[in-house]
Amino acid sequence: MSATSMHGGRVAIVGASETDTIGKRPDASVLGLHAEAARNALRDAGLTISDVDGIATAGIYPQDISHYLGITPRWLDGTLVGGCSFLLHVRHAAAAIAAGAADVVLVTHGESGRSGVGADPWIRNPAAISGQFEQPYGAQAPYSTFTVPALRFLHDRGMTVEHLAHVAVAQRTWAVDNPRAARRDPVTVADVLGGPTIAYPFTRDMCCVVTDGGGALVLTSAERARDLPSTNRAVYLLGSGESAESSIVSQMADPGSFAAFRHASAEAFRTAGLTHADIDHFMAYDAFAHLPLYALEDAGFVGRGESGDFVAEGNTVKGGRLPVNTNGGGLSYTHSGMYGMYAIQEAVRQLRGEAHAQVPGVDVSFVLGVGMFFAAAGSLVLARHPA
Amino acid sequence: MSGFEPTPTPETAPYWDAAARGDLSVQFCLQCARHYFYPRPACPRCGGESVEWRTVAGRARLVSYVINHRPLPPFDATVPQIVALVELDEGPRMMTAIVGVEPAPEHLPLDLALEVAFVDCGDVRLPVFKPMAVAA
Ligand SMILES: [Zn+2]
Repeated sequence: MSATSMHGGRVAIVGASETDTIGKRPDASVLGLHAEAARNALRDAGLTISDVDGIATAGIYPQDISHYLGITPRWLDGTLVGGCSFLLHVRHAAAAIAAGAADVVLVTHGESGRSGVGADPWIRNPAAISGQFEQPYGAQAPYSTFTVPALRFLHDRGMTVEHLAHVAVAQRTWAVDNPRAARRDPVTVADVLGGPTIAYPFTRDMCCVVTDGGGALVLTSAERARDLPSTNRAVYLLGSGESAESSIVSQMADPGSFAAFRHASAEAFRTAGLTHADIDHFMAYDAFAHLPLYALEDAGFVGRGESGDFVAEGNTVKGGRLPVNTNGGGLSYTHSGMYGMYAIQEAVRQLRGEAHAQVPGVDVSFVLGVGMFFAAAGSLVLARHPA
Repeated sequence: MSGFEPTPTPETAPYWDAAARGDLSVQFCLQCARHYFYPRPACPRCGGESVEWRTVAGRARLVSYVINHRPLPPFDATVPQIVALVELDEGPRMMTAIVGVEPAPEHLPLDLALEVAFVDCGDVRLPVFKPMAVAA
């Protein structure tokens, strides 16, 4: 059976919204953020709670969300692979809708990453593989774990730390125009390099912000989307992929390339039946500045070793060949912990023509997300038109 | 060294038992004739269970690293940590700490030759690496 059966524009995102505000939300718990985003997304779709029969979320039981909202689900997905989980939910929901296992799926995210309201405490497991073989060395916080392979990536390509800084600079140019972004002051390469070192070679602006927020998506069949008041703003899923590599960073087969990015993006292109030339816009999950460089190369938008200059030469900013992370990304926009939901939201906004920093003529957007520290990946090809 | 102390499991205990003796021990697949890491009962390449523990030479090269300026408690927040990815001469890669060198990039060229050392960490001895002693 072909993996294309759930694609080909047969499933649409008909509702997409973030929480009313993002950044600092001491007024809302994790559950409250999920629910606020869910209500906003359903309103956006022109649907109500009673229309929803499928629920997906990550980091919290899906039944906790469905019950909180008053949904009786006949389809649930609690896939948790890290920050890209929501990309996998979209992919799984599309399969469920195509198979008739659900009619309207709600995907929710909410995290109180900054304020910690109603959040589960983080408990270290010293007997886990990471607890035995990485964390004892200080490889526990994302900034001292996810970042470890970066110097090898740069070294093997003749690239420098300045290329990391260029990523932060390029993404900030998008955030300047975005009133919801956490970091909005323009920066130079010298500013980024001169900032406080978090974990050499990463300075503060090469690391994501830490925020509160949420987002939600409503998916249904393209057929049903045609009958909704939101039909003119529907966004169609043309292709998708998912994959995983190692649960610990040290076991990447090649520290300079993320196998799950390669596999998940190749499957998304294959199932969409599109090539790189068809992509107008790219959301590349960026908890840290090296990730868009990996993503550009691993998804095949540029050749090996070309990512740094591609960014430094302005190809990813306004007017560039491939606008990347146009909300400012995790580095400048927001990052509540699992950023993937915000990457999808920005792709949807761009395709609808409703983004804060709108790129003209975005017909097809590619979203590539990472889960945990180079552990899992998900990819989506989203489009304004069903085919 | 006080920090995140590991807790061995039945599958990983031989690794930690060897470390307690001052040996770095890694599993070897007899089918593939290849070492693998992290410890688990079957070879991740062929699935074979004909595997044995072998003490390795303890020599490695520096693949990549960060200098962590924000160690979390109970680590000493004032002491930058060199969190490093190293590759053993026998092939496997592992995360480790680099000791015996200033935590500064000029002292940490990639591919630097390293040798294993052991530090006490709670109830276990933790393999770490230091720059290889240069013959006089
Ligand atoms: Zn084998």
